[in-house]
Amino acid sequence: MTGLFFVYFALVSIAAGVMTVSLRHPVHCALSLLVLLMHVSGLFILLNAEFLWAVQVIVYVGAILVLYLFVLMLMNLKTDERYFHPSARYILGPAVLGAGYVLYLLLQSPFAGVKGDAPTTAVLQDGDTYAVGIKMFSDHLLQFEIVGIFLLGAIIGAIVLAKAPKPLDRGRERL
Amino acid sequence: MIPLSAYTAVSAILFMTGLLGVLIRRNFIIVLMSVEIMMNAANINLVAFSHYLDSMAGQLVALFIIAIAAGEAAVGLAIIIVVFRGKISTNVDEMNLLKW
Repeated sequence: MTGLFFVYFALVSIAAGVMTVSLRHPVHCALSLLVLLMHVSGLFILLNAEFLWAVQVIVYVGAILVLYLFVLMLMNLKTDERYFHPSARYILGPAVLGAGYVLYLLLQSPFAGVKGDAPTTAVLQDGDTYAVGIKMFSDHLLQFEIVGIFLLGAIIGAIVLAKAPKPLDRGRERL
Repeated sequence: MIPLSAYTAVSAILFMTGLLGVLIRRNFIIVLMSVEIMMNAANINLVAFSHYLDSMAGQLVALFIIAIAAGEAAVGLAIIIVVFRGKISTNVDEMNLLKW
């Protein structure tokens, strides 16, 4: 059953990713990005990461994608602009070959590693949100603060950039 | 039981798709969307390793990546609006304001 869901989420997310890159109309691209994000959140559920599932749906779909759609609607883009890069056909072949090689290596690799201290049974006992919270506010507190500072900088930068530029010396023109 | 390599394969395919989008698309907004696809591929990888290696650190890094993606989207779209206000185009080939 889990395998069936995995195949569904994986195939639909890959198809939606390809559509995001290849569709012509920007709003259609944004909507297939929506499909991609929802199905990636389904993959998170299969990996016992419920908190990340909620964050993915709320932050990615609810905030970031809506921001993209706002800007798309605001600018009213024409669809007849030049579509692909002129040298796209030189890029495409090596890219697909490289992806095939990487996939071959990935499917061969055993991925053995040192086990951590949060086995699935321990995570499921109190829930994923509890485990993430305990870990974040004990071992990863500095990263949390850095992300906070980063978001503050991003807010200020976005406001400064998007503000309408003030005319420099309007008072002097009257003279 | 799904093998870990299945998740990494999905992640690799998605990352390659996003990289191709950045390389071959000309619309700046769609280039940003392709960056989001790549970040999602990285998130799948992190969460899959976090699950299979019994560690919470991967999920935390994925959480921070989502926060950084939000900041990146805000600043990137602000830049697009500024460029679009000056000259009516979002084509990345025609943006050369910073070119000396």
